[in-house]
Amino acid sequence: MSIVNVKNVFKSYWRDSMEIPVLRNISIEVPEGEFLGLMGPSGSGKTTLLNLIAGIDQPTKGSIVVAGTDVAKLNESQLAKWRAQNVGFVFQFYNLLPVLTAFENVELPLLLSKLSKKERKEHVEFALKVVGLEDRIKHYPKQLSGGQEQRVAIARAIVTDPTLLIADEPTGDLDKTSAEEILKLLVQLNTDFKKTIVMVTHDPRAAERAHTIKHLDKGELT
Amino acid sequence: MKIPLKYIVRNLRTRKLTTALTVTGISLVVFVFAAVLMMAHGIQKTLVQTGSDENVIVLRKAATAEITSIIMQDQANVVQTIPSISKLPNGKPFISNEIVAIINLPYSQKENGLGNVTVRGVAPEGFQLRSNLNVTAGRMFTWGSREIVVGSSIKKRFKGTNIGDKVKFGGDEWSIVGSFDAGGNGFDSEIWGDQIQLAQAFGYTGAYSSLLIRLNNQNSFAQFQEEFNKDLRLQTLEVKREKKFYEEQSEDMALFIRILGIAVTVIFSLGAMIGAMITMYAAVSNRTVEIGTLRALGFRRMNVLTAFLIESLSISLFGGMIGLFLASFLQFFDISMINFGSFAELAFKFSLSPSIILNSFIFSVMMGFVGGFLPSVRASRLKIVNALRSS
Repeated sequence: MSIVNVKNVFKSYWRDSMEIPVLRNISIEVPEGEFLGLMGPSGSGKTTLLNLIAGIDQPTKGSIVVAGTDVAKLNESQLAKWRAQNVGFVFQFYNLLPVLTAFENVELPLLLSKLSKKERKEHVEFALKVVGLEDRIKHYPKQLSGGQEQRVAIARAIVTDPTLLIADEPTGDLDKTSAEEILKLLVQLNTDFKKTIVMVTHDPRAAERAHTIKHLDKGELT
Repeated sequence: MKIPLKYIVRNLRTRKLTTALTVTGISLVVFVFAAVLMMAHGIQKTLVQTGSDENVIVLRKAATAEITSIIMQDQANVVQTIPSISKLPNGKPFISNEIVAIINLPYSQKENGLGNVTVRGVAPEGFQLRSNLNVTAGRMFTWGSREIVVGSSIKKRFKGTNIGDKVKFGGDEWSIVGSFDAGGNGFDSEIWGDQIQLAQAFGYTGAYSSLLIRLNNQNSFAQFQEEFNKDLRLQTLEVKREKKFYEEQSEDMALFIRILGIAVTVIFSLGAMIGAMITMYAAVSNRTVEIGTLRALGFRRMNVLTAFLIESLSISLFGGMIGLFLASFLQFFDISMINFGSFAELAFKFSLSPSIILNSFIFSVMMGFVGGFLPSVRASRLKIVNALRSS
């Protein structure tokens, strides 16, 4: 059963009156439990495709059905709610809020849920334990290494138990050792926790961990 | 409000300098705003306290102050016969026929500066009619002599007004034999003497400025007014409750100060609002990625808008609190200005009231709202993809 179904998707941007096509007639199916790697040169449209699947951007044409919902048909408010319930994000530069501790950063997505404070605490502690940072809950991002920051970001991505994990160059800002740890963690989430992962990467070592690799070039799947 | 308050507060702490500068700007504006309102309230309070609910005052019609009023002796005699006037134990009506004149005295703190001072000539009943007025130093003037007593504010503001000094006015020298305290009301800014002596000196023979009267009881004012208005000989005069008379005198001054002060404050506030706006635009600009991240995680535009507005309102509210706190110390200062009604100097204190506190907070919040609204809207309207890309 496919959890992501991208069908005949086109995406263009407009600069003044000029249309700049970024994605051309893209169709992809991602089965549940898949670990998909998207590769391609800079400007090939892989991050744009990732953003469309994650519901933070809308296609110009085509349909994107994720976990049974056609995200292209949702309005902004519905999309925000949908993202909070279905998508976990892992960014290249971690995107942690610097004024919040690791615990508070991981707790953020749960503030949008109906969980009680006690339940949120349990969820956060569990997520931080999964990424091996249960002893760093009171640390601020600047007190953590890059690898630890990315692990906090992964904890934040999984704390709501989302349907889909979206990772945009998750090892792009890390040294070799830290990158290896993050990739191991992603594989563990995929195998042990059955998380479906869509990952954009330039890194061949990261791509090796994916079950399936799709290549994009000039907005088309090759 | 989904975005945690600690995120807002800690961000304010992170950019200490810009937050402090914006808070300072807003606090200065609120200080000026509160000071103006406290000044107007101080004048009103001082003048309103001057009048008593138990007394009524008779003046010439259309006279806005005692200095512009004149009541002839025969009219005063007619007023004395009105039955609803309270009687003294000796059977005399409880009235003080008074004259009011303005003299110039040199300021104690200004070189070559002269200020207008009210001189009031009172009958012995005048002291009984103002029960809160007490001679606190020296002694009471002797009736039938060229002696005077000065209000507590006069001593502080004018040269040569200590006990034992002599003051020249009305073609004669007047000895200061005592000073009195009226509890901070308008009489503290006056000089008092024997009405007969002062009337001679100022050429008021056969006439008075005002009549101050105690009625049988407070509720007999309507009856007194009816009896007063019925007499054709009193048609050029009018009667008011003493408190209302002073309230009316205070209104024009307070209104003038409020309009002038608020106009100036509003101009100042533009600067503070621009300051707040710059601070908030910088906050949005520095946190574009954070905004994109929050939106990607599922926070809505309204959550972001609210968070940034609360941040701006917190700055302004904090500034307002500081401004108000500093302004509250003005209550310890005495100032004086010309009373537009009497043309004489009136000393008063800045006075803080619950409504001034409320208005100052509303004003500071309004500055925060106006200054923070556009940046907050900008933050909430950022496209997630563009915001994330700025990392």
